[in-house]
Amino acid sequence: MSVIETPTPVRARYFTQGTAIVAAIASLGIFAYFYRLIFGLGAATNLDNQYPWGIWIAIDVASGVALAAGGFTSAALADIFHKEEYHVIVRPALLTALLGYTFVVIGLLADLGRYYNVWHPMLPSMWQGNSVLFEVGMCVMVYLTVLYIEFLPIVAERFVGRVHLPGPFSIFNRIVDSWLRVCQQYLKRFISLFIIAGVVLSCLHQSSLGTLMVIAPTKMHPLWYTPISPLLFLLSAIAVGFPMVIFESILSSRSFKLAPETKVLSSIARYTPVLLGVYLAMKIGDLTLRNAWPYVLEGSLQSFMYIIELGVGVVTPMILLSMPRVRRSISGLFTAAAMVIGGVALNRINVFLIAYKPLYAEKTYFPSVYEIAVTLGLIATLVLVYRFIVMTFPVITAPHEVKQAERMGVAGVNLGMKRVK
Amino acid sequence: MGLKRRDFFKMAAVGSVTVLGSKSLAGEDGHGGDSSQALGVLVDAVVCIGCRKCEWACNNEHKLSTRTLAEFEDKSVFAKHRRPEDNAFTVINRFVDPKQPGKQLTLKVQCMHCNKPACVSACIVGALQKNKIGSVDYDAWKCIGCRYCMVACPFQIPAYEYHEALTPRVRKCTFCEQRLVEGKKPACVALCPNEALTFGTRQELLDVAKERIKLNPEKYFDHVYGETEIGGTSWMYLAPTDFVNTELPKLQTTAIPNLTETIQHGVFKSFVPPLALYGLLGLIMHSLREDNDEEEKHDERD
Repeated sequence: MSVIETPTPVRARYFTQGTAIVAAIASLGIFAYFYRLIFGLGAATNLDNQYPWGIWIAIDVASGVALAAGGFTSAALADIFHKEEYHVIVRPALLTALLGYTFVVIGLLADLGRYYNVWHPMLPSMWQGNSVLFEVGMCVMVYLTVLYIEFLPIVAERFVGRVHLPGPFSIFNRIVDSWLRVCQQYLKRFISLFIIAGVVLSCLHQSSLGTLMVIAPTKMHPLWYTPISPLLFLLSAIAVGFPMVIFESILSSRSFKLAPETKVLSSIARYTPVLLGVYLAMKIGDLTLRNAWPYVLEGSLQSFMYIIELGVGVVTPMILLSMPRVRRSISGLFTAAAMVIGGVALNRINVFLIAYKPLYAEKTYFPSVYEIAVTLGLIATLVLVYRFIVMTFPVITAPHEVKQAERMGVAGVNLGMKRVK
Repeated sequence: MGLKRRDFFKMAAVGSVTVLGSKSLAGEDGHGGDSSQALGVLVDAVVCIGCRKCEWACNNEHKLSTRTLAEFEDKSVFAKHRRPEDNAFTVINRFVDPKQPGKQLTLKVQCMHCNKPACVSACIVGALQKNKIGSVDYDAWKCIGCRYCMVACPFQIPAYEYHEALTPRVRKCTFCEQRLVEGKKPACVALCPNEALTFGTRQELLDVAKERIKLNPEKYFDHVYGETEIGGTSWMYLAPTDFVNTELPKLQTTAIPNLTETIQHGVFKSFVPPLALYGLLGLIMHSLREDNDEEEKHDERD
């Protein structure tokens, strides 16, 4: 262990041509978001009494939660199963989960008719233990808190001994600093309790998201209507965790012009074919037990989407990632990871939108311009915030950049951390 | 450290028992007890003449719009299939009986006030409740506007005030609960000129329905819709034809929430599965840590 790899804030120019495009999409989204808040769901969306849920639930919430699963899968791998070599992916995955869930909540607020009542499920007088949605809501809320707690040590690492609040706030410098020191000293001891809690909470709500549509047996297409839907949701969330880490790691190293973590990424990619295989076996077993195979070939939009979901999203990347040659190449990893991500996202869209056949619909739901703008805008804003945070906090480990970073004085962060110890 | 961890587990266990206690209480509130004594309405599509007076009575009772009785007498609306909306809690549609093509039947639809409603089970904050009296009641003050009730309803009844920017409500037939409490019939039943709507306890209505089928087997399709559908409903139907020819969906006999609630309560059984998972992961984390202890000590010495 001669080379110690430590996460450091990434040194790069924040505004580039790419950032500008993303910022433009984000601002359109923010405009659409406020349009919705001011003029209401009727003005902003194509939702109606037949289709009460649209892409804000299917993509922003359901897919968002699934794709944030990298947080708990990599925490489980590195911290619980102590595969120390994967520690470099824990912080980026944690940040993705943290931002992912934060934006899930922001997206959900747009969809709630009475968003200002979003805190109601917290009141014991309104607890409704029979509601699947209640369980999802509570778990997501607690898990989001756990994620922020898990991120606190990173904030402390960055700012202990370097708190310089602007202007009049500078009088709080010492208070904030000592509070961060307390966080650093005590949280470190208890952090494992939160890490395990994060994994348990994730398992609970990832599966419960799959139970949501089980309450609509007459409206769901039989390809997706199954009592083991919660198990399928959990397995697919676990399977998409590492591909999400791979996808995002390659994207950010490309964006920041860092050398990609090929070794670690191809190493975690080994798990993906196994996890996808378990998921696929369950999907196939479920179809067989329910005698639902004829629906796969019925030639409808639903059957078409189902074939794409499994063929492109599960089977192909499973085969690709079981080949060492693919796992060793960055473009191979990226393509396969993107397919898994697309497959799981498509599965959520299929369950919440494509499979949903209202009893008396006269026309099919298609998202409005505002709905699409909000969804794209949220993703764009997430990317901007991610970029800001990895440039501010020690999240990404970039071994090849250490020397350059030291020259620029960023390594002082690590020295600061050690002083506290 | 070890001691602290054990204490934490204890705290977590106590905490979860408390949580569970209140949760199961909330669960029981949602569903009424003996449904046979709950009130209901029998809709007889054989007797219904499609006059739409029930629609007007409902509109009037709930002040849904300023439309006049004359507007409700207009039969041209039957050209289009209609569904209950946020400003119309009940609507009548006209169908052609495929067995007797010359004969038309009119059917009133509204909330069925199920015995074990899917919407009540779905609601995240308990804004929807099944009352002992029979009605499924909505509390807009609690509602967060997630519209999961609309996803869950097997009759596709709840409508949403999408046009309301700030205070949208879920809207549906209230069973004129206020009138029931005062000992009056629901507004639509009170105004029905042809006695197509019969009001009474669920048991009385079932007796009436079966009696009618027995007396006039040639007029009635031999099925009381709502007697067994999804565990029974407070509003029930008689019709001259199979209900799949109307807009009443073919449904299972078990209550809709049974499956989701079984899954849900299975996963959370006394909080044992989540805590067991927590314990198991803790054990794995702890036992695998030994191998790395050396490294950690080394780290701390730096």
